[in-house]
Amino acid sequence: MKRLLILGTALAALVAGPVFAQQPTKLLNASYDVARELFAAENEAFIKQNPGINIDQSHAGTSKQARAIVEGLDADVVTFNQVTDIDFLVKQGFVSKDWQKAFPNSASPFYSFPSFLVRAGNPKNIKDWNDLARDDVKVVFPNPKTSGNARYTYLAAVAYAREVFKGDEEKVEAFVKKIFDNVPVFDTGGRAATTTFVERETGDVLITFEAETRGIAKQYGKDKVESVIPSVSLLAEFPVAVVDKVAKKRGSEELSKKYLDFLYSEQGQRIAAEFGHRVLNEKVVAEFKNEFPQIRLVKVDDVFGGWDKIQKEHFASGGTLDKLYGSR
Amino acid sequence: MKRNVLPGLHLSLGITLFYVGLIVVLPLSALVFKAASLGPAEYWSIVSSPRAVASYRVTAFSALIATLFNLVFGLALAWVLTRYRFPGRRIIDAMVDLPFALPTAVAGISLTALFSSNGWFGSVLSEAGIKVAYTPIGIMIAMCFTSLPFIVRTVQPVLEDLDPALEEAAQSLGGSDWTIFRKVILPLLTPALLAGLSLSFARSLGEFGAIIFIAGNQPMSTEITALLIFIRLEEYDYQAAAAIASVLLLTAFAMLAVTNWLQSRALRYTVKG
Repeated sequence: MKRLLILGTALAALVAGPVFAQQPTKLLNASYDVARELFAAENEAFIKQNPGINIDQSHAGTSKQARAIVEGLDADVVTFNQVTDIDFLVKQGFVSKDWQKAFPNSASPFYSFPSFLVRAGNPKNIKDWNDLARDDVKVVFPNPKTSGNARYTYLAAVAYAREVFKGDEEKVEAFVKKIFDNVPVFDTGGRAATTTFVERETGDVLITFEAETRGIAKQYGKDKVESVIPSVSLLAEFPVAVVDKVAKKRGSEELSKKYLDFLYSEQGQRIAAEFGHRVLNEKVVAEFKNEFPQIRLVKVDDVFGGWDKIQKEHFASGGTLDKLYGSR
Repeated sequence: MKRNVLPGLHLSLGITLFYVGLIVVLPLSALVFKAASLGPAEYWSIVSSPRAVASYRVTAFSALIATLFNLVFGLALAWVLTRYRFPGRRIIDAMVDLPFALPTAVAGISLTALFSSNGWFGSVLSEAGIKVAYTPIGIMIAMCFTSLPFIVRTVQPVLEDLDPALEEAAQSLGGSDWTIFRKVILPLLTPALLAGLSLSFARSLGEFGAIIFIAGNQPMSTEITALLIFIRLEEYDYQAAAAIASVLLLTAFAMLAVTNWLQSRALRYTVKG
């Protein structure tokens, strides 16, 4: 009889479980590779504001994360570095179609752009994109096929070339191909490329997000590397979204929204700025004014006509990108 | 009912079939189904694209060189470990298995650190004009490292069981060392060497973690097939990934089948001889 009672209680608890889960105290944030430290800091601040809440982090390439979510990783929110990977989740029915309207600035709480990191003293005198196509310069950036980071690099080079060559596509392609020819190694992710450049001392210039170049320069010191900002670059968005399908199942919709809203709050923005991201909050922008040099940024929609078009023309198998670096 | 010396055939065979089916056949058939959802023409155009073919060439050639290298040095290693007693033998013996235990990515990162142009080996080699990291040589070294235990561990037990009387007899009949090795020892070792060779080659074909760090990953020149599969997955192109993976799988399977057949022939030969 006693055993039956225990069994009954256990069963009741099992049935009641989902009811209690209406108020989850735990969120999973699926994010990209180099954002680990940033979100560790953001999460700590968020938890301080909301005691009793726990945020789990998962970091990998964003395409890999998107696939993991479709295959069953229960992430409540995603903080990616590529719009296309959230679009993939939309197509699979995990994120609602109008996710970019759910949060300010097309759901991108901060931004950055491909920027340069050179050896101390800039011995090869690298100032702008055209220097990357020189014969005596070796360029390091990860594989655009496996790294969102490098896709922005590729697109920024194309955007620069289109301006210089006034839309002569043949010259643009030759220019970008020359840059690809100057790459001695394609790592699969941003952090691996950083290691190749800094630790293995391979190449003359590393191209990665400004946020990352600032971090590396800070970590390794001025006597080893210094950052160079090109004349123009491509604005890189860091889109965020609630994974509606998972959040609905777990009842974490409200908390997820609150968490992502926090990234837009003054405190959240200050943390992002401290990690080298450019932010939107005017007060924080003013505070960090001296740290972030002015740069002219062009937008994906203006130069390329949106991510769908980019995907088809440039990144799909057999697209422009394959033509440029696959033909050797 | 006929009783076998070893009882429980039905149960153990059932368990065997179930387990192999669940752990090996099921995942592989999922792969084949993914690839099969492509039409034959589409399948062919994916697996025969210049970039895929270049990756097969890089992978198979490097695997071949690495395997031959391990064949020579793995045999020497097994020879020393079984025939001689010296201080530290057990430690070396244990170290042979390390590539099995080490996460291959760790191996890849360490090898890259060693062989990059500012690493311990790399700095010396680059002065001699040899570049290893980010070139095909790097790929071969990574493959050598991860597949070494296969040759040593398949040859070692056979060497240990070799009857010294055979060699003594050959010696007493006036055979030179080389003749004894060639005519007495090598034939007995052949089946084990073939097994080790095929395992080592198959492992090298599929190796990913150790290689991507040390390879330049340049399409058409230092891109291995496993990376190309990874890239297709990153593009959400599951079918193309499965198609290319099926090529690797078939190659490895064919390689194992051929060496199995050679092995059984060699065994027959040694038993008769």
